[in-house]
Amino acid sequence: MHDEEEIYLDHVLDHYEDPYHRGRCSQATHRHEDDNPLCGDVIQVELTIDDQGNICEAWFDGDGCCISQASASMLMKSIEGKTIDEVREFSAEQMLDLFQARLTPNRQKCCLLSWRVVQSALYSSDHGELQKGTSS
Amino acid sequence: MTAMDVTMPLDPLKLRADFPILSTIVHGDKPLVYLDNAATTQRPHQVIQSLVDTYEKHYANVHRGVHWLSDRSTDLYEGAREKVRSFINAQHRHEVIFTSGATAAINLVAHGWGDSQVQSGDELLVTVMEHHSNIVPWHQLAERTGCVVKFLPINDGGELLLDELDDLLTERTRLVALTSVSNVLGTINPLPLIIEKVHQAGALVLVDASQSVPHMTTNVRSLNVDFIAFSGHKMLGPSGVGVLYGREHLLDSMRPFMGGGSMIRRVSLDGFEPAELPAKLEAGTPPIVPAIGLGAAIEYLTSIGMDQISRYERLLSKRAHEILEDIGDIRFLGPSPDQKAGIVSFVIDGIHAHDVAQLCDRHGVAIRAGHHCAMPLHKRLGVIASNRASFYFYNTLEEVNRLGDAVRKTKDVFRRRRPAREKRQAKDDNR
Repeated sequence: MHDEEEIYLDHVLDHYEDPYHRGRCSQATHRHEDDNPLCGDVIQVELTIDDQGNICEAWFDGDGCCISQASASMLMKSIEGKTIDEVREFSAEQMLDLFQARLTPNRQKCCLLSWRVVQSALYSSDHGELQKGTSS
Repeated sequence: MTAMDVTMPLDPLKLRADFPILSTIVHGDKPLVYLDNAATTQRPHQVIQSLVDTYEKHYANVHRGVHWLSDRSTDLYEGAREKVRSFINAQHRHEVIFTSGATAAINLVAHGWGDSQVQSGDELLVTVMEHHSNIVPWHQLAERTGCVVKFLPINDGGELLLDELDDLLTERTRLVALTSVSNVLGTINPLPLIIEKVHQAGALVLVDASQSVPHMTTNVRSLNVDFIAFSGHKMLGPSGVGVLYGREHLLDSMRPFMGGGSMIRRVSLDGFEPAELPAKLEAGTPPIVPAIGLGAAIEYLTSIGMDQISRYERLLSKRAHEILEDIGDIRFLGPSPDQKAGIVSFVIDGIHAHDVAQLCDRHGVAIRAGHHCAMPLHKRLGVIASNRASFYFYNTLEEVNRLGDAVRKTKDVFRRRRPAREKRQAKDDNR
């Protein structure tokens, strides 16, 4: 096994085992949920964003493979303290870099699910009902 | 030789030597263990050589020219049709229609037969265990005609609830579309019984035979079936070719779904007159070379013997069940191994199917993860995704052991670090 092919690296399993901010966010201003119907991974994201556009808190919940859940945990940790504009500029490539372990295109979809949900959550209406994605 | 080898219906090691791809080494030093045969099989060099020979020596368009090469190509293409006819014991050669695959074959019936003969309020009966390719074309036919699609349910063991068949078959039932062998559960459906009941009710039967024609003897006449569909690439043949078998009078009654070359007797500025079978349903240049390759695949399968193949695959399934059961924390989908084909689907407690397949791949073991194009079935079983090991005659008991080793190592990766959900659950329980 070549190291560069290893997906289940320690930091990935750490995030899967002991995720950052998994659960509900009591003061959420922005929410979104979406899934990958192909594999059944589901991610829900709740954000508290203040009037200056700073992301004060980021929480996720969901179900799915190790990659989808660990990447969501990494993303929550990474976007807290950033502004809406900074997170909007955070690209899919940067998300894959954040995950570190190299993924085949099929598994990149797992890793990018939470990134997609966060991008949509930024556009969700304040205090709105939980928005559920319909895209596949 | 072990005691088991003596009773082997076939010699997989001898046959494997015909398959160049099966000696592939993956991830540096791991011999490939290919257990995704329900998705597609590999090809022996005899089939590959038949493709090369055709392109190098015998290739021109079929049914077109009067030149030597076109005659040669036509002979080989029609020869392949005869091999299919004989393989499934159809009465007439023109009851074998070459399509691009099983999906195209089912869609051909849905359009060619369905559009002209199904009306609003008519009923189609499909089973919950179907592959999407035997569900979606019927949903689409319902959209076009206003007919109703009903579903025959299954029990928790993955077998059809035949008691419900009588109630679901009504005067309005026009067609029952079902699989011979579930591509997820491995369940072998009791076709003779079902076909008899459906015919008594005055409806037709279409069988998606994609998972049975490659693995067991098929006899459309003794089965008394109206239509069957299957794919070449799941039975050692090339991708891009499949077969629709239909009874002569049913195919005759079908409207040509696609118009173009080959399917016409004559064309004028006012209209067209369709050709006779099988050309009527094979518009355009057909999959000439893939069909010839399928003919070579059928010769290869026949030389082994279909009964030998199905008996051997059951041994592999049985061994896989024993090994995985020993490992524990595994839920099998489908019936017990003595009642199913060479398909073993399972879910490991607490580990997502994609993680299992990815980790097995590290050890060179190729298995499938996902819903295997059967979302309604997975919903019925209450499972989002599953893993599937599917066998062919070239797999060995040693390879089944390697599947067991890979699954054991996969569990170890997560056992050392209990999955987040379990841990949270424990935390919640302690509150």
